[in-house]
Amino acid sequence: MITVKEVEHAAKLARLELCEEEKEKYTEQFSKILDYFNQLKEVNTEDVEPMAHVFPVKNVFRDDKAEVSSIRTEILKNAPLEEDGFFKVPKI
Amino acid sequence: MTDEKIKTKFCYKTASEMRRALLNKEISAKEIVDDSYKRIEEVDNTLKAFICLTKQSAYKTAEEVDKKLGNKEKLPPLAGIPIAIKDNMCLKGFPTTAASKILANFVPPYNATVVKKLEENLIPIIGKANMDEFAMGSSNENSSYHIARNPWNTNSVPGGSSGGSAIAVCSGESVISLGSDTGGSIRLPASFCGVVGLKPTYGRVSRYGLIAFASSLDQIGPFGRCVEDVALALQAISGHDPNDSTSINQAVPDYTAALKEDIKGLRIGVITEMLGEGVNPEVKQAINNSIKVFEDLGAKIEEISIPHTKYAISTYYVVAMAEASSNLARFDGVKFGYRNPDADNLLDMYTKTRAEGFGEEVKRRIMLGTYALSSGYYDAYYKKAQQVRSLIKKDFDKAFEQVDLLLSPVCPTTAFDIGSKTEDPLGMYLMDICTLMANLAGLPGISLPCGFDSKKLPIGLQMLGPVLSEELLLRASYNFEQATDFHTKKPEITLLE
Repeated sequence: MITVKEVEHAAKLARLELCEEEKEKYTEQFSKILDYFNQLKEVNTEDVEPMAHVFPVKNVFRDDKAEVSSIRTEILKNAPLEEDGFFKVPKI
Repeated sequence: MTDEKIKTKFCYKTASEMRRALLNKEISAKEIVDDSYKRIEEVDNTLKAFICLTKQSAYKTAEEVDKKLGNKEKLPPLAGIPIAIKDNMCLKGFPTTAASKILANFVPPYNATVVKKLEENLIPIIGKANMDEFAMGSSNENSSYHIARNPWNTNSVPGGSSGGSAIAVCSGESVISLGSDTGGSIRLPASFCGVVGLKPTYGRVSRYGLIAFASSLDQIGPFGRCVEDVALALQAISGHDPNDSTSINQAVPDYTAALKEDIKGLRIGVITEMLGEGVNPEVKQAINNSIKVFEDLGAKIEEISIPHTKYAISTYYVVAMAEASSNLARFDGVKFGYRNPDADNLLDMYTKTRAEGFGEEVKRRIMLGTYALSSGYYDAYYKKAQQVRSLIKKDFDKAFEQVDLLLSPVCPTTAFDIGSKTEDPLGMYLMDICTLMANLAGLPGISLPCGFDSKKLPIGLQMLGPVLSEELLLRASYNFEQATDFHTKKPEITLLE
């Protein structure tokens, strides 16, 4: 079982504003879904390595050579708000 | 609408048929693209395979093809053949929304690597295909823009998340298309729409410029109406990319070279857990018939167990949701996309922007993923799932010591009614039972038309192979296709008023 409080906490961590109706709906659904996920507890995973990736992943480096990357003016075209070549946000 | 009434003459040709017509000057590349748009005009108000058409891009490429044809220059194999791409792949200068409101006004300043490869191969991109928001869904009902409909029955879902890509190919709007597959998102809609869909080995196709859902599972792949078209499309998009550190640095074989060789002596394992309880009897029957086809082709069939199948859905959804919660943190209203205009401080701006920009399923997965990664629950959910993932991969390693390929249904059922599962997220997740283990283990998989149920809805056969076995997978698929006629059937599309 998951409580409304836990749903509120997850929403806070995920930076999502929820209305009361959503909180109730998600609480009910999450309980059902997490209850299903709890079947994983049956599996014996002693000494089993967690697998984060299909193939061994290593850092892939390139030569330290300057390359043309993104162009600032192009990137800023998508900015909701821009000023003097910077992204502008409400006060923190 | 019946076949006879289809006004457009080219829409159901295969890529090789179109190429022949192009080279013989029976038709120009521009006329082929015209034909696609004519077909889209006829059926897409009902089917809604597309979020946006990219005529400027398509005609520019077609023009180039016609110019080269005029100069008698050599053309790449798919030059001039229309393709639709899922709307989570960046096409420079055209809106790329991932079917989310949060990206409604996003115009990427760069091309995805697959787009770059399509352009190099002179393949006209005709439009951005409808999908579940951020590729999260199994029915395409989570699109924030349009309800997509199955061409075989417009009251049924097309499957998801690459629903639009499957519809476009099935209805003759496009010849080939690209989708992405995180837990079955290519194979499931291919199955529901009766077309061929291939999810390549993880890392075979670059993910650069693909809007990320779950980075350790996502993979781009092609749809087509026949195996050969899918092989040609895979050829065009495969290969190592320095911009994707997880892409495989190994030579790409010629996928059509050995396509037509026979499969005598091929060992095929039928996954017992995927033909048990809960599988629709008509689906089961179609799979059993397919097994007989393979036997007649000289394959050796045996039963194979993947013991951890029972835990696959839990494992997959914990991993996918955790990765999604992290990947989707970037949609914060700061650098691109939607921003709530009224918030007067940064935190409010984040929470309101995300609340308004994301749809219900996306929020559900972000929160569950956040929960599974949060302090106190990490070990019980995320770490545990990653451990079971290891065990699932071992199950497959063991299976492939005994057989060359594995066989199962793509889905326990055929396409279901629009709206029938939207209130039951867990029920929807269970649709992915047969497909998602390929993503957990990084394996290539294909969906092939293998029959119809009593409602005339298509049934899909899934074949899975070991890492980088695409050649063999395509060869077995081609043999099966040539021995059956399911891929030649066309839907009678009932247009909405």
